[in-house]
Amino acid sequence: MLEIKDLKKSFGDTLVWDNVNLTINDGTTLAIIGKSGSGKSVLMKHLNGLMYPDSGNVLIDGRNLNDLTYVDLRIVRQKFGVLFQGGALFDSISAFENVAFPLRYFTRKTEKEIRDRVMSCLEMVNLENIGDKGTSELSGGMKKRVGLARAIVLEPEYLLYDEPTSGLDPETSDEINDLIIHMSKNLSITSVVISHDMHSVLRVAEFAAFIDEQKLSWYGTIDELKKSDNKRLMEFTRASEYQI
Amino acid sequence: MQLFLEIGKYCRLLYEAIRSATEFKTYRKNLFSEMVKTGVDSLGIVSLAGFFTGAVLTIQTSYQFTSALIPKSTIGAITSQSMIIELAAVISGLVLAGRVGARIATELGNMRVSEQIDALESMGFNSVTFLVIPRVIAGILTFPIIYMATAISGIIGGAIVGYMTNTVTTYEFMEGARLYFFPWDVAFGVIKSFVFGFVITSISCYKGYFASGGAEGVGYATTRATVLSCIYVLLSSFVLAALLL
Repeated sequence: MLEIKDLKKSFGDTLVWDNVNLTINDGTTLAIIGKSGSGKSVLMKHLNGLMYPDSGNVLIDGRNLNDLTYVDLRIVRQKFGVLFQGGALFDSISAFENVAFPLRYFTRKTEKEIRDRVMSCLEMVNLENIGDKGTSELSGGMKKRVGLARAIVLEPEYLLYDEPTSGLDPETSDEINDLIIHMSKNLSITSVVISHDMHSVLRVAEFAAFIDEQKLSWYGTIDELKKSDNKRLMEFTRASEYQI
Repeated sequence: MQLFLEIGKYCRLLYEAIRSATEFKTYRKNLFSEMVKTGVDSLGIVSLAGFFTGAVLTIQTSYQFTSALIPKSTIGAITSQSMIIELAAVISGLVLAGRVGARIATELGNMRVSEQIDALESMGFNSVTFLVIPRVIAGILTFPIIYMATAISGIIGGAIVGYMTNTVTTYEFMEGARLYFFPWDVAFGVIKSFVFGFVITSISCYKGYFASGGAEGVGYATTRATVLSCIYVLLSSFVLAALLL
């Protein structure tokens, strides 16, 4: 379970988060929605300790990130898989090696076992024929799928998706949405999706948290979101291309 | 205030690097590839720079020594001494500040802005161990070799140009070089190159690692890394000369 308690964060004089509380239960998919620049990615980076709050706490399975040493934090981080906005693939190695990368350093698998695991993850994201292509040869959608394969290769308990469908055409976006649903349902992974793409949010998430003016403005299930009379949330969803 | 903040962040990065230097398994593979990129790949350009520096030094020395009372072997002595004590280390340092420093800052800066460093940390890696330590160690280990290659090229360049321009025979040139050769001068050059290797790679790692703001930010970080590396190469050369000579 992921818990955020009384989180406050600012960069210089700019307040990003003010007293945010949020709980993400195991096995669920939560979408964090809000305008661009509202601090959604900042919140995501607090969940696995890439950023620390000015005050407040982030708890992973009851363990407070503030109390962990750097060595313990690195162990806790291995519970997470992260799909970054641009894929964040290492451009000095091939797509295959990107997926194999964590296995080579954090497991004692043989070369055959690594190959089998990488191929099975690439199959999951429908890229089994990617071979030894360099990352510069991949399209935006392929990069995200390789990034997703890399994120799940160590069988994480939590998956964080940062704008998984941004910059993609509708068809590729749908493929990514299907993959997110597949990961949540078939692998029982707790997922947090950062997005402002309402079409994607309504497809993949069970819960939604709406961020507005440095606060958690609204939280509920997707069904509740569709019926919500929260004015700011309604404005946000109405402005989306997707009609509820 | 900003200066103190920068110094603090730089020291913190170095502290992190030193603290995690024992995790050799993590950076072993990177260390060898960095030694090739920093050392082996730089040998051509520094040898060329050394060769022409030695050549120019020989021509200028012979141009200034017009008296027949000064033995021609002095040209060899001055060229080799200048190369060994000062020029080989500083010339290679300045060349590498541009070649190696810019590469390191650009690589790490791009990794920072494209979230590759965040990706490393997210997987449970210590990004400093993985990215900074191999680059700094590679710099420290390979710069002395580069220094020696530059010094040797400079002496060879001086001897060849002296012979080709009929200003000094190769025998006289080498006689002068041998006569004024002191092992401590080489040790001094090696010490300087160790320091330059550390200064250039650590500053460039720092600038790249903390780059921000997209392509413009990476460009800025690269420029700052190169300029600061050059300044600190000259400054540390002065300090070491004042302390050790």
